[in-house]
Amino acid sequence: MPFTIGVLAVVGAAAAGLLVGPADIDVWGVFLAIADALPLVDIDHGLTDVEHTVLFEIRFPRVVLGGLVGAILAVAGAAYQGVFRNPLADPYLLGVAAGAGLGATVAFATSGDGGFIAPFAFVGGLVAVAVTYSLGRSVGGRTTTSLILAGVAVAAFATAIQTYLLQRNVETLREVYSWILGRLVTVGWGEVVSLLPYAIVSSAVLLGSRRLLDVLGIGDEEASALGLNVTRVRWVVVVAATLATAAAVSVSGLIGFVGIIVPHTVRILFGWSYRVIVPLSLLFGAAFLMVSDVAARTIVSPAELPIGVVTAFFGAPFFVLVLRTMRGFR
Amino acid sequence: MRKTALIAALLLAVAACSPADILATSTTFDATTTSTVGVATTTIEPGFPVTVEADNGSVTIEKRPEAIISLSSTATEMLFDIGAGPQVIAVDDQSNYPAEAPITALSGYTPNLEAILSLGPDLVVIVFDPGELIAGLETAGVPVLSYGAAFTIDDVYRQIDALGVATGNVDGAAVSNTIIEAGLETAVTASGDLGDGVTYYHEISSDFYTATSSTFFGEIYGLFGMENIADPADADGSAFGYPQLSSEYIVTSDPEIIFLANVLYGESTETVSERPGWDVMTAVQSGHIAELDSDVASRGGPRIVEFAESIADALAEFDAG
Repeated sequence: MPFTIGVLAVVGAAAAGLLVGPADIDVWGVFLAIADALPLVDIDHGLTDVEHTVLFEIRFPRVVLGGLVGAILAVAGAAYQGVFRNPLADPYLLGVAAGAGLGATVAFATSGDGGFIAPFAFVGGLVAVAVTYSLGRSVGGRTTTSLILAGVAVAAFATAIQTYLLQRNVETLREVYSWILGRLVTVGWGEVVSLLPYAIVSSAVLLGSRRLLDVLGIGDEEASALGLNVTRVRWVVVVAATLATAAAVSVSGLIGFVGIIVPHTVRILFGWSYRVIVPLSLLFGAAFLMVSDVAARTIVSPAELPIGVVTAFFGAPFFVLVLRTMRGFR
Repeated sequence: MRKTALIAALLLAVAACSPADILATSTTFDATTTSTVGVATTTIEPGFPVTVEADNGSVTIEKRPEAIISLSSTATEMLFDIGAGPQVIAVDDQSNYPAEAPITALSGYTPNLEAILSLGPDLVVIVFDPGELIAGLETAGVPVLSYGAAFTIDDVYRQIDALGVATGNVDGAAVSNTIIEAGLETAVTASGDLGDGVTYYHEISSDFYTATSSTFFGEIYGLFGMENIADPADADGSAFGYPQLSSEYIVTSDPEIIFLANVLYGESTETVSERPGWDVMTAVQSGHIAELDSDVASRGGPRIVEFAESIADALAEFDAG
């Protein structure tokens, strides 16, 4: 039943995303055109060439990418929360986002055209999480708080370097700024194709680890006693989640709060087992970001709102709510 | 139309003389008039003290500044255009025009009060105050003029006039403004009705930030009778004339000419043509994409004439097919 609701949410959000937009395309025409695009179907959809191009080259990839990014950020958030047993953990916690942001800024500052944003953000995110992890371990052994504090320190450090670079390269500031706010504005199928392999691989790994996350939830020593290789599970999950986050961040910019809002909503509605949380976060994350994107492009249409602003608008109050109600978290 | 053409021709004749020539004459003129008027005082700097209006209120300047620091690339262009160049001792790292401007590592975005004061300025011109810059300079007894980016063409004239008064180059400023007015007039007149009703999209950044007709850039396109596709995106002015558009809105609006103000950031006719879905646009198919000089297309100073001329060029190409 929860999975049916999740799938329906994704389908509904995708439909809204495809039907709503500043280009006033006939609703029935959109349905016919999509049917026409299916193999072995040939229908006269009645859309003009421009409308057809807008639908398939601009609107469609944006909806799909929004879904992918939302799914990845939400599932990564759920995974971090499980692995670190911390309700406020999300892709931002470990300095992943800050590291990726620094990587992207380095790319902007050195090449100017942003052609290397993706690999740089990727490397930045991985380096940040590696430093956070080793720092956390060297300072506080196995405690979870030391890891989170290490993440805060790494994020602050990365942000400091990023700010310095921005000051030294003022002319690139505007591009980086809009990247930081998060954007789905300029995407096409190219971004979808480049993100898809990372999304599939990391989602598969995280889905496969969902039972292990439940075991990890009882505590490191108890899990070890049950025969779980805690360190290895933690590494696998963290690397998969970080890989996914860095890939998402490199195509869409920094979109915050998805990793907090979605897993917690799933918890409140459908229960506390990661066997439910991980797959449902994937579905509801996709739906949430697609709906947020509809809001981003309709509220001030035909102008745009940065999507990071929309998710933060819903996310920040939610964050407070989570803080106040999270008593029974394990 | 005939009358404006005549005025344009006359003004063009003025423009043909270099501003410096005219300036030389006018300075002498200034000196003579004051020597007869200002008998009672022994002041050697005619006209001072002066009070000028700036974004930071009325500013009084006691004597003719001889050590000006400009932290605004637009103000730098204005100062040199009105003949105040010799009085300028330092400009910020973004002031890359004209070539003779004494460019330094000073920053207008993150200014350092100590670094500015160590150069001993007697007037500082800024584009905005990121913190306590104005207060700090005033405490040190240095007058500050803050001029934000122009919202209208009239703002440009007003800023130039004010800088003329503030630096003792009133006549140079008048000449500059005459030349700008004439230059705009000439470009618009030469285009005739080529621009009437031609739709355009003015791209500021590659994520589709643009300027509507209510901005100073839009106003110049408006002189040519052109129509801005972005106007509905900021009808209430809440984006201050600089809304962010969506790709699908731009494609369906199908502007006849695309102007790129972000060539400096790597955009070009090629990159625009390669954007997903943009190949159906008339402007892309017919190649009517105009690459603007990013500095000229972002500064509301004397070079707005060049900006207008590149619009005229684009319209001429558009007309040729």
